[in-house]
Amino acid sequence: MTALKVYDFMGLRKFALIFSALLLTVSVWSLYSQGLVLGLDFSGGTQIEVGYEEPADVGLLRQQLETAGFEGPVVVHFGAETDVLIRLQGEPDQALSEKVLQVLQSNNDQVELRRVDFVGPQIGEELREDGGLGMLTALAVVMLYVAVRFQLKFSIGAVLALAHDVIITLGIFSLARFEFDLTVLAAVLAVVGYSLNDTIVVSDRIRENFRKIRKATPVEVINESLSQTLWRTINTSVTTMLVLLALFFIGGELIHNFAIALMIGVGIGTYSSIYVAATVMLALNVDREDLLEQVEGELVDDLP
Amino acid sequence: MPNKFPLWKNLMILLIISFGFVYAAPNLFPPDPAIQLSGQSGAMVIDQAVLNKVEKSLDEAGIEHFAGEADGESLLVRLQDIKMQLRAKEVIQAEMGGNYIVALNLAPTTPDWLSSLGGVPMKLGLDLSGGVHFLLEVDLDSALTVRLEGDLQDIKATLREERIRYRSFELKGDKIIGQFRDPEQIEKATALIRTNYRDLQPQYKNGQNPLSLVLKLSDIAANLIEDNAIKQNLTSLRNRVNELGVSEPLVSRQGKNRIVVELPGVQDTAEAKRIIGKTANLEFRLESLTKSGETFKFRTPSGQGPDARVENQAVITGENVTDARASFDENGRPQVNITLDAKGGWQMGHATRDNIGRRLSVLFIEYKTQLEKSIDENGEVVITPVPFVEKHIISLATIQSQLGKQFRITGLDGQRESSELALLLRAGALAAPMYIVEERTIGPSLGADNIQLGVKSVTIGMAMVLLFMLVVYRAFGVAANMALAMNLVLLIAFMSLLGATLTLPGIAGIVLTVGMAVDANVLIFSRIREELAQGASNQGAISAGYDRAFVSILDANITTLIVALILFLIGSGPVQGFAVTLSIGILTSMFTSIVMTRGLVNMVIGGRKIDKLWI
Repeated sequence: MTALKVYDFMGLRKFALIFSALLLTVSVWSLYSQGLVLGLDFSGGTQIEVGYEEPADVGLLRQQLETAGFEGPVVVHFGAETDVLIRLQGEPDQALSEKVLQVLQSNNDQVELRRVDFVGPQIGEELREDGGLGMLTALAVVMLYVAVRFQLKFSIGAVLALAHDVIITLGIFSLARFEFDLTVLAAVLAVVGYSLNDTIVVSDRIRENFRKIRKATPVEVINESLSQTLWRTINTSVTTMLVLLALFFIGGELIHNFAIALMIGVGIGTYSSIYVAATVMLALNVDREDLLEQVEGELVDDLP
Repeated sequence: MPNKFPLWKNLMILLIISFGFVYAAPNLFPPDPAIQLSGQSGAMVIDQAVLNKVEKSLDEAGIEHFAGEADGESLLVRLQDIKMQLRAKEVIQAEMGGNYIVALNLAPTTPDWLSSLGGVPMKLGLDLSGGVHFLLEVDLDSALTVRLEGDLQDIKATLREERIRYRSFELKGDKIIGQFRDPEQIEKATALIRTNYRDLQPQYKNGQNPLSLVLKLSDIAANLIEDNAIKQNLTSLRNRVNELGVSEPLVSRQGKNRIVVELPGVQDTAEAKRIIGKTANLEFRLESLTKSGETFKFRTPSGQGPDARVENQAVITGENVTDARASFDENGRPQVNITLDAKGGWQMGHATRDNIGRRLSVLFIEYKTQLEKSIDENGEVVITPVPFVEKHIISLATIQSQLGKQFRITGLDGQRESSELALLLRAGALAAPMYIVEERTIGPSLGADNIQLGVKSVTIGMAMVLLFMLVVYRAFGVAANMALAMNLVLLIAFMSLLGATLTLPGIAGIVLTVGMAVDANVLIFSRIREELAQGASNQGAISAGYDRAFVSILDANITTLIVALILFLIGSGPVQGFAVTLSIGILTSMFTSIVMTRGLVNMVIGGRKIDKLWI
């Protein structure tokens, strides 16, 4: 066993700052100018998924639906050539899906109704509000917990790291025009949980080292802490990525965007737990003194 | 030497492990497709004789079945082949007739010894079992309007009887406004309303001309009406759902004015939507003899008849109908036999006694919504749902004799119409109109696909994590892997026992838990490696590694738990399923990755001298 190699992570923090600023700017710009592609859960409307035995021609289906009097139907393949998703702005008529199915069946193809979703406009609006509110509550509660458990500077670092991860994940969804629905919202909140997990582990070590190592600058303490937790950070990210890859490739179309959101989030979260939280703490002049008052007794026990 | 668990700790671990295996086990037994039969009314006895009849009809149709059981109230027959389930339902319904409810069911096959310990398989969400989910919004304003309209007619009649003169009396929004010329008359009217209509709060100002009297419902009364409206709609919906024959339906109130209906395993979704989605009421009104009254179209499935003018006041409404059956008259034409409650019977008798030879109409009232596009002040297109009411006459029959509690409607076009009319009459009226605001239908094949994909991703995701841990942490990786497997077993056991519903995002949550649960072990093992690198003894490194990593693990997991809790509070259906699996997964993983791996490590190498740690 060799002694731990200490990497100079904080030496690169200026580059990290530029990198993060760049990502954040692009994300915020995209979210502001073109917004998210809202899925049915948030936008309201009707969508119908049907399955064919043979690969289906979506262009032809769209034409047929238009001739049958449906206004501006969106017809796309869903996961497989044989699966078709039809989106309609139509009325919430109870017979809508039956009518669509009738039109599709007129081709003499074997077609099977797999799913119908109708979300009324008022529900979509409520879900949007609840989602935003949930996100803000999560950030606030977490900030409070970290402030109580650690210290305010840690708390600000952790919450800024979380906001960083959430904004960039949403930004990438906005840029790539991926659909944002309820499962993706769940994924984003799971990203909050994951990224927090990482940040807490790192912060925990930073706190421990501030108490243990007496003659070192904050930058040295943080560098040592990050190096000590580096393998743990990488290994956990790898196992999480492995299962996310399984979900992405095997989990099916309904879970696809959920997996994408988490993969982006876990990637960004891993980076932010190393750079963002610690950089913020340094910017706030975190020091040994910050951690001394409340834990004087414990510190003495740790000394040899 | 350190690193030995006391006996009680080892026993506790063993106990929790066996608990996990026992309560996860029921999920290993796939349920049998089955048919359940019960009576339309609770008084019907479903015994061995009925069972024999059902089984005989299945034998004749060549459908393989087994383990039939009847308990007096209902019976259950299991089938060999799930593809025969629909056919079996048809066969049995045809044999037993309309007085029985035949439902598709999935009968658990949990062995008796497991059930006796309280073991149950996990509940599947609609996205896995297939089925229909509706969210209905009850229009409470119109329940209030209906009530005020009734009061208005009553008040006018009473004032006329008491010879109190008023200029006009009408409904405006949520207020009844009466206008008077004479101050004496308005005082008399106010006193009369105070004593007879306690729910209404009268207000008027002196010195105006004309004098106006404003009547408003008190808050308490309004709340009560709204509450009753929701309750009655719930009851009506439950009745309708029962008619559909679904084994485990859910009909419950959500928030102030919404009702959720979930019908798992429904295969004929179109039928379910027709019955549930039909937000209708009925009114029996006499044909008008004077010029007053409202004119409605006469519409039947076969075409339109002439319009008819009917009186403004209904004799009875759908609320008074207690039973309705489709049958055939002497000439083999379809008819509906109707039974009314006492009040309805009395009112019907009273109204028809002097009106033999006049015609009585049945007015069918449907509540629908229509999306309307408009442009708001920001120039954006907004789509708003606009409710509207459609009324038409479905039956206009001459009164042959004084009607009482029981009578029939004839002149229907076909058996389908008569049975649907009977069903709607029987299922009760709605106290207030409802609109579907959300609907999700998942076909049975998609549900089955989702389960298969879910199981596959859990298996493959888990296999990759197991391999990774083995390669990176060698001997300790084995301990972590056993803990990971046990975590999955415990997670399933707790979800089954708590009756938590498994959804597709829930499965994603399990997969994510698998990936994140090893984090605790990664933390511990990294710590042990560090301690070793700093020159700690093997046993000392193990002990220190576990102790020091504990605080980090606790903090990290508590914060994730907070996030999962918020997700549960804001999410709906499937997303809540995700939050539930994530939370339970966090708790079980804390046990398996901290306590269980320590137990394993202690058992194998604790208390002995070890030359080298395979970590």
